[in-house]
Amino acid sequence: MSREPFRTVTGAAAPLLRPNLDTDVIIRIDRMVSTRPAALAPFAFEAIRYCADGSDNPDFALNHDRFRGAPILIGGPNFGCGSSREPAVWAIMGLGIRCIVAPSFGDIFRANCHQNGLLPIVLEETDVADLAAVAASGAPVTVDLQAQRVTASERVWCFTIGANQRVALLDGLDDLDLALRDLDGIRTWEHADRELRPWAWITTRPGKRSTA
Amino acid sequence: MSASTLFDKIWDAHVVRELDDGWSLLHIDRHLLHDLSGPPAMVELRKRGLEVHDPDLVFATPDHLVSSAANRTIDSNEFGGAMWSALRDEAERSGIRMFDLGTVGQGIVHVTGPEEGIVLPGLTVICGDSHTCTNGALGALAFGVGTSQSTQALATQVLAQARPRQLRISIDGTLAAHVTAKDVALALIGRFGASAGAGFAIEYAGPVVEAMEMDARLTLCNLTVELGAKFGLVAPDSTTVAWVRGRRFAPAGAEWQRAIDAWAKLVTDPDAVFDRDEVVDATTIGPFVTWGTSPEHAIAIDDVVPDPAGASDTRQRESWQAALDYMGLRAGEPIAGTPVDWVFIGSCANSRLSDLRAAARVVEGRAVASGVSAWVVPGSEVVRRDAEAEGLDAVFRAAGFEWRLPGCSMCVAANGERVPPGARCVSTSNRNFVGRQGPGARTHLASPVTAAAAAIAGRLVDVRCA
Repeated sequence: MSREPFRTVTGAAAPLLRPNLDTDVIIRIDRMVSTRPAALAPFAFEAIRYCADGSDNPDFALNHDRFRGAPILIGGPNFGCGSSREPAVWAIMGLGIRCIVAPSFGDIFRANCHQNGLLPIVLEETDVADLAAVAASGAPVTVDLQAQRVTASERVWCFTIGANQRVALLDGLDDLDLALRDLDGIRTWEHADRELRPWAWITTRPGKRSTA
Repeated sequence: MSASTLFDKIWDAHVVRELDDGWSLLHIDRHLLHDLSGPPAMVELRKRGLEVHDPDLVFATPDHLVSSAANRTIDSNEFGGAMWSALRDEAERSGIRMFDLGTVGQGIVHVTGPEEGIVLPGLTVICGDSHTCTNGALGALAFGVGTSQSTQALATQVLAQARPRQLRISIDGTLAAHVTAKDVALALIGRFGASAGAGFAIEYAGPVVEAMEMDARLTLCNLTVELGAKFGLVAPDSTTVAWVRGRRFAPAGAEWQRAIDAWAKLVTDPDAVFDRDEVVDATTIGPFVTWGTSPEHAIAIDDVVPDPAGASDTRQRESWQAALDYMGLRAGEPIAGTPVDWVFIGSCANSRLSDLRAAARVVEGRAVASGVSAWVVPGSEVVRRDAEAEGLDAVFRAAGFEWRLPGCSMCVAANGERVPPGARCVSTSNRNFVGRQGPGARTHLASPVTAAAAAIAGRLVDVRCA
């Protein structure tokens, strides 16, 4: 299965700069159990997006008119830390966001972004702050993956991303499809490894081994 | 041959194919499924018309969504029944072993994986759960993945991974009485920060780690992801080998000898170089608790709640203030003495037999303070049975604790077992995030003995003086 290729994105970039914004805050666990992946957007960031009475929290950037529907998020350090829940990525994408720029990401969240075609860009913390300042008015920001550049109001920030991941994003490739092409090689490796590390393999079928 | 780290050796032994840019296609030796992340991955696999590549290497148990109530059924809460059924059906369809409620092997996946000998030194292990790093305590390369990568590994038994940078944390000295692996972990996160490990694999080493029993190493590695790293590991040694021997899925006979010969090589070479090398003296570490909404908001129990005015920059000041507001705490006040409403002893961080024994020693002959709800949720069916055989359940019950059934329970509140809004909970779990234990819940992370002492006192106390 292929995804929508990622080339360039242009639009408002909403600041969400608090450090260590964890995936529990991005999507509550009970929502991911009770809600279809495609319907998670109303619950994205709900702990900080809404007031206790359910109204929009005015302190949350995506609630401001200039950032509604923004395709880019600007995050703080360690964005997406914590739980491995992939619905955090689905919830963010459900808001129409295609790219997150931050000084650092939770490693598992970052991997989940790539699996779904959400582009995580790492910039130095000072560059992130500069970008946030330029974008604060709602001025359009352009992310060009091919050129590995972020531009806004005549400013330019360069980023780097692994070649494999860049190609996968540009072409909308799916890791599972790619891995399936390796199945012959995987079987060959496994055959050899069973000789090399017989202790690492479990060879009894379920039910054949005695269970307590 | 150049010197290698423990991590390098395990990584290199699993490369099916080198990719570009320092990426490798890694073979995955064990895949653990639970009732929250397992069913979506299995369903996606089926939607794509694919089969499980090697069901022998996949193990399933319900933990996140099951009730921890006595006499529970799969439908004891509104969340779990459908997911439990999905996990069972998909496991059955694919020939995957599932450890069901009430049977040996059921429990929090990171407690039962090692306990059943499913996780072994030198293996690669994944689970759709960030605390998969727990399993690195055995000297395994274990990491959490999302739904997509779980699906991919089910179909192919491989994952494309970038080799991380490497950080060694050597812990020197000795641990004082009542100071545990949990306190060490919180002290490390407090010192280095919650993102220090991003992009790294962390090897824990040094005399304190070498002296730790396996339960303590599992606790230490459990909080690795709270340091920002998805891999944490400890070199297997005689403690590890003795602990693994004889477990249900551990190698036996001739394979056992080959295994321990292989594991003996799983050490970092003396002249191996780490990208970052830190040494921490544990002698001065006391009991730790968190005051805020990130695990890096950790302070010694005899310390005061930090003042945002002392934060390093505006962003940190705002985040500390937001944490204080959420937690209902005042800067400059001693953290000890803070009244508590709930105590939760459980989770993949601290629900093993040694955790429950240590907590029971604090509780024995005393009573939970009035107004405090206190729970013990053993990490697995085996832990539950062993603890009951020792009479630990009776100790807790006599003191006024609820003794419950194994699962994740109130650590993540996925099963509806929540700390009420605004209530303050001392929890032996690993995350104090906003809303983690339920919307509005206020969490203080602590060790089992500190949590037990808080239950008795009705407030945060220094267990060394309790």
